[in-house]
Amino acid sequence: MLIKRASDIKSSEITAKTLYLDRRRFLQTAAGGALTIVAASLVPGLSRLGFAQSREKLEGTQKSSLSTDEPLTPYKDITNYNNFYEFDTTKYAPAEVAKDFRTKPWSVVVEGEVNKPAVYQLEDLIKPHALEERIYRLRCVEGWSMVIPWVGFPLGEVIKRFEPTSKANYVEFTTLLDPVQMPGQRRSVLKWPYVEGLRMDEAMHPLTILAVGLYGEVLPNQNGAPLRLVVPWKYGFKSIKSIVKIRLVEQQPVGSWELAAPQEYGFYSNVNPDVSHPRWSQARERRIGEFSKRKTLLFNGYADQVAQLYAGMDLKKYF
Amino acid sequence: MMNTGKRPWLKVGVFGACLSPLVVLAWQALTHNLGANPIAEITDQTGIWTLRLLLITLAVTPARRLTGWNRLIQLRRMLGLLAFFYGCLHFLTYIWLDQFFVIDDIIADVMERPFITVGFASFALLIPLAVTSTTAMIRRLGGKWWQRLHRLVYAIAIGGVVHYLWLVKADIQQPLLYGGILAVLLVYRFWDMYGRRLLAGITPLRRAAVRR
Repeated sequence: MLIKRASDIKSSEITAKTLYLDRRRFLQTAAGGALTIVAASLVPGLSRLGFAQSREKLEGTQKSSLSTDEPLTPYKDITNYNNFYEFDTTKYAPAEVAKDFRTKPWSVVVEGEVNKPAVYQLEDLIKPHALEERIYRLRCVEGWSMVIPWVGFPLGEVIKRFEPTSKANYVEFTTLLDPVQMPGQRRSVLKWPYVEGLRMDEAMHPLTILAVGLYGEVLPNQNGAPLRLVVPWKYGFKSIKSIVKIRLVEQQPVGSWELAAPQEYGFYSNVNPDVSHPRWSQARERRIGEFSKRKTLLFNGYADQVAQLYAGMDLKKYF
Repeated sequence: MMNTGKRPWLKVGVFGACLSPLVVLAWQALTHNLGANPIAEITDQTGIWTLRLLLITLAVTPARRLTGWNRLIQLRRMLGLLAFFYGCLHFLTYIWLDQFFVIDDIIADVMERPFITVGFASFALLIPLAVTSTTAMIRRLGGKWWQRLHRLVYAIAIGGVVHYLWLVKADIQQPLLYGGILAVLLVYRFWDMYGRRLLAGITPLRRAAVRR
């Protein structure tokens, strides 16, 4: 038997201290996470207790005529029933896993087909804009919906500040990539970081907003803090969370869900009761808090405002 | 009725344990603790317990062989019927709370949505097994035919895992976990039926001849 002497070990084969420490921390976190999951599954309901974060009021918010007057979904449901795969792929876990997520300081890179590329501190990005309350319906591709009082400002007004060039046909958004803070990114469920995109006219539409709050307060982490997109006539996954990059581009971007399953999630992903998800119907939805299902409306009920964006397009083909 | 002996505690205990998820679910429903989407929660819980109980039922024989604890066999029929019971609740949740008994929608769903097709087929196949689970029916069918019929449970369990796999959006970790457990149980069974004989170098036919 050949016993290697220490000198036989190449320095390249020695694991760097930072790496194994990282690995240790990763395993500890993973073990902790696994324990939480086990505990949560043993005690059903534990994960649904709701985890409160410090709540910070947003002052000087204006009302908007674009808001719906439908009854609001309770704060507790909006902030505990979340699809935020960067934190966890289950619904109730993101609220807990994201509670210590650091959103300060936060910067947003603006680049691509713009005359004024820059790295903005979040405050500087928000400052010139008046905050508005926008009460929108949100329809998830899974077949449930909510009514959410967002606080934000029109994306179009922000984009104008960047001075898009004539080649800016689309806007591509990117979520933070940080597997230490976002444990969901340690598993390749989707391609990280999360990417979403809009056509320029969709991005400039007055209904499209960047949100920084809900219920008059700073956006909770699990809802996409500190800055997220809200496009109310599209399925929820288009409204990308925790944005760190806005890139204006010539070619149509490919979103993370579109990349994962192109036959199921199209670039447009406009809410449409007549175009089924390949695996389930989109004809009806369950409004959170309601017992019966209601009929899903074309463009999530925003057809009057947005249908002309898609005039002449085959919505079954461009789903 | 199979003789449970003078100590029915094992059976009673397991029965109670298997009903506890339903008790918890009912309690949560009564106290409004089913979360933001209670109907989705009920659907998920009844579905996952159907699959879990199916796998537990399938694990009875391997567990008995491996441990030599023969009393375990007394639990198999009850566990299978409990799986069927949760399957009924799951199906009822779907046709009532999800589809509100709109037959046309249900038929369209079963025909067009592969995950529902598989789930529905698996549930439908459980019915003859539940019906023939009584001692009288075992006698009427005869052990051999009864056993052949009840091998359907393997197809049903595979259907259950596929149903789960096809309904999740992207994170297939959980369905794969259940699939992995099922695979282990199936491999054990296969080895139990054919492997030992192959290992001994005797084909089933020759063994039958030898026995004669």
